[in-house]
Amino acid sequence: MSQAPVGTATGTWTPRPGAAPLVRQVLAQARMESRLLLRNGEQVLLAVVIPVVVLLGGVVGADRVGLDFSRPTVDVLTPGVLALAVMSTSFTSLAIATGFERRYGVLKRLGASPLPRSGLLAGKVLALLAVETLQVVVIGAVALPLGWSPATSATAVGGLVLALVLGTAAFAGLGLLMAGALRAEATLAAANLVYLLLLVGGAVVLPLSAYGGAGGLVQWLPSAALGDAVRAALLDARVAVVDVVVLSVWAVVAAVLTARTFKWE
Amino acid sequence: MRYGRTTAVDGLDLDVATGTITAVLGPNGAGKTTTLETCEGYRKPQQGTVRVLGLDPLRQRRDLLPRIGVMLQGGGAWSGVRALEMLRHVASLHAHPLPVDLLADRLGLHECGRTPYRRLSGGQQQRLGLAMALVGRPELVFTDEPTAGMDPAVRRSVWTLLEELRADGVTVVLTTHYLEEAERLADQVHIVDRGRLVASGSPLQLTRGGRVATIRLVVTRPFPPGAPESLRAALGEGVEVRQLDEVSLVVTGPADASTLGRVSRWCEDNDVLPESLTLGQRSLEDVFLELTGREMRA
Repeated sequence: MSQAPVGTATGTWTPRPGAAPLVRQVLAQARMESRLLLRNGEQVLLAVVIPVVVLLGGVVGADRVGLDFSRPTVDVLTPGVLALAVMSTSFTSLAIATGFERRYGVLKRLGASPLPRSGLLAGKVLALLAVETLQVVVIGAVALPLGWSPATSATAVGGLVLALVLGTAAFAGLGLLMAGALRAEATLAAANLVYLLLLVGGAVVLPLSAYGGAGGLVQWLPSAALGDAVRAALLDARVAVVDVVVLSVWAVVAAVLTARTFKWE
Repeated sequence: MRYGRTTAVDGLDLDVATGTITAVLGPNGAGKTTTLETCEGYRKPQQGTVRVLGLDPLRQRRDLLPRIGVMLQGGGAWSGVRALEMLRHVASLHAHPLPVDLLADRLGLHECGRTPYRRLSGGQQQRLGLAMALVGRPELVFTDEPTAGMDPAVRRSVWTLLEELRADGVTVVLTTHYLEEAERLADQVHIVDRGRLVASGSPLQLTRGGRVATIRLVVTRPFPPGAPESLRAALGEGVEVRQLDEVSLVVTGPADASTLGRVSRWCEDNDVLPESLTLGQRSLEDVFLELTGREMRA
């Protein structure tokens, strides 16, 4: 470190305060958060590796475990795996990351920066969407060589985008609800546990028909609604209205509860 | 010009002038951080008013935040973020940030620029925290224990940096429990203890005791019963004796050799063996001691 004479006015530090334009702040925050979301191994595992393994395992092993869909297996499973990927990022990764942001005082520090809370939230949403886009590309690149032929009409694409956006909103709300209330370690454990439970029993990868009589209850879970909505879009080029409503209700309820309970420190 | 007026903690009332360094000095738990966080808008005062740069830190937070730099006592960065990546990020939230390289040079951050935050040493985290507070070219900087955990050489260079900030017109409010830091840097020192403001003034005003000096006596075995009274009687008028604990006491009175002589004679007469007997001008430490009856230890 250089030593300057004591108390010398250099003009270096002359105040010139000001906030960057909000859009620039939000984009900076989104870039930072998406980089961090993909920085460590567990998160890449959760975001990309597990969905790809589920897809490959499902396609290869479907016959052996007696799953028989009336449609090609890869066409049924790929939409579910896309839904799983969205859930892992917008729920599990977001909850864990936010829990530790609280713990390490990141939220507190950013709370003293020019970035408003709404900008912080917008940055998080953009970061989630960026990571999800990457996931869709990777999963698509694995599924297409396996013979995946999704519906590509405007309705199909619209239904897909609607499902992914509402699913992200619902799961991000639930993830923030958890992260804002529990300790970081508890969030880490609970977010992974809920992810596993929904993966197995939440009708996200497998359609509701695979759950027999329990499907009547399971269909109200956000995981089932998201999986179903993506399947409706990519299998049948259809917007699943009931699922869209279910996801919207989850999103609103989670957002209201989070706004009321979230503790920043 | 008045920068801030807070009535926080337990009836704490202080003003900060533009372009000065103000130190809030006190032991741990005195309410320093609470005072700072009230000014930064993190806490809502139950009573009283706070104005920072003329703004209400809670209701006008969005107008205030771009103008102030905040250094927290710890944390404040993602555990996986690299040091300079974090600094660049905070810079990008400001309209006219300082060049990141300049701050990294001054605060020795190039040596750990690519190190993840969780692997930085305590001192490196502190320097990064200070850099994050300065990068937006603030008018007013709040720093909570800015040099805690730094080695002496780095601490002195941070002091130099804070003096340069003042010379360039930046107002600095810092908390510290290092007396030396307050004595060297601050234009105004506010001593707080248990949430109350116990004294305010420049270091010179606070330590200028006229001809009054302090004699500190530490003994090897506990004092006999009634020692302070007997010593006071031996010393006569105008002298105050305060027992600190069973082996140390402080005499405040005229700064002359006869007082010192009488203290040592009293030791001889009372079969008390001094471990140390020191005479000194009042330091901020003595001021603190006199005001609170407690040692200023972290």
